[in-house]
Amino acid sequence: MKYPLKSVVLSIAALIHVSTWAQSTIAPPPVNDAVYQAFGQKAGIEALMEDFFVRLQADPRTGPFFKNANRTRLVFQLTEQLCHESGGPCTYKGAPMRGAHASMNIGKEDFNALVEVLQASMDSKGIPFTAQNAMLARLAPMHRDIITKN
Amino acid sequence: MPFSTLLNGLLRTVVAMAAAAGAAGSAHAEQGKLLLTGGVSSIDGAAGGGLTPWAVIGSYATQGQIGTTAHITAVNTQNYNLTTYGVAVGWNERVELSLAKQDFNAGDNLAPLGLTGLHLKQDILGVKVRLTGDAVLDSDTWMPQIALGIEHKSADAGQLGPTLFGVLGAKKTGTDVYLSATKLFLAQSFLVNGTLRATKANQNGLLGFGGAQGDGVKLQPEISIAYLLNKKLVVGAEYRAKPDNLNRSVLGVGALKEDDWFDVFVAWAPSKNLSLTLAYVDLGKIAPAVQPKRQTGTYLSAQLAF
Repeated sequence: MKYPLKSVVLSIAALIHVSTWAQSTIAPPPVNDAVYQAFGQKAGIEALMEDFFVRLQADPRTGPFFKNANRTRLVFQLTEQLCHESGGPCTYKGAPMRGAHASMNIGKEDFNALVEVLQASMDSKGIPFTAQNAMLARLAPMHRDIITKN
Repeated sequence: MPFSTLLNGLLRTVVAMAAAAGAAGSAHAEQGKLLLTGGVSSIDGAAGGGLTPWAVIGSYATQGQIGTTAHITAVNTQNYNLTTYGVAVGWNERVELSLAKQDFNAGDNLAPLGLTGLHLKQDILGVKVRLTGDAVLDSDTWMPQIALGIEHKSADAGQLGPTLFGVLGAKKTGTDVYLSATKLFLAQSFLVNGTLRATKANQNGLLGFGGAQGDGVKLQPEISIAYLLNKKLVVGAEYRAKPDNLNRSVLGVGALKEDDWFDVFVAWAPSKNLSLTLAYVDLGKIAPAVQPKRQTGTYLSAQLAF
């Protein structure tokens, strides 16, 4: 190509145009409850969240954020939320993510640390890797409302 | 400042950071990225796949952090081998700086040209900037992570130099400019990367840049796909198109014809401090006038991260 810089600039322009479309596309709700079943339905999710909460308080990276958390209420809210996100028959009625996390000054390393703690929890319950990623794919976009630092 | 001084300085910094990280304990290590999401070290030193740079910023440092990696790679085909080593620093999940050295052992393949025990070397300085997007967490959109990068390369062709930079018309230095888009389709555990590289490099720069018969910058596509088997293990494949500037050199049509590169790989990260990548590579024909055999073989790479 004779004018490579022009090509690169055009490529970037094309990508930005495509990205405007890409960002407007929102993932539809799960088409079936396969992930919900893989997690052991509501009882399985609740047991997972109980385990998750214990790990969150124990991990030195996430512990400070959950030091004063109300265990019963948080386990209940998380169970409803993950049940709903995995295609189960639940409704999340808790606070919106942005409001619930606004004052916590959560950075990306904190968010990723929580993901790792959740992965450890899911591993301990024997949830298959593909089902874990399907669930994480539903939860990951919440980072935009949760991460406020940097 | 000579490249080797820069590299040595950076290596010392890496060692110092590693010692500090070890002394401070893992709780203070600036490793906020999820496992494997910093990519591996490409042969040019930039983070990505083994052969091509991706839009990910290297190391395990995430926003608000700084991290380092060091890598060593050995590629062995039937008649040649290539060693690369380098360091990279990732800052704030926004900027990546890398330095790499390559040493291509041509052995006695170019003996017909009177060149035995020939080594082709090159130094590569890389800078990459993440423009937008998050390859992992933007799992509800089609939006990839996008980065713009440059790789400034400086070739040392040893005894081949006078011919390469003389009658063959190649230059000693060149700068690749690339745009990469990387996305992990998290729900499918599947990653795709597309890179578009504007380059004059012959055999990635080991045979200089451009040539007497074709000096234009070429736009070359590169693609990687990968599938996550579990948190620590990924398999994939890569393809790199190559410009073929020296095809019609004075040594004859096709004498220095250049082929596209291809590999299938498996990468394993037992921890955030180490990753190992093993690949089967197909580098096509290299200087087919003297060595007609298609070069296939193994690629083995180790990356340390702090």
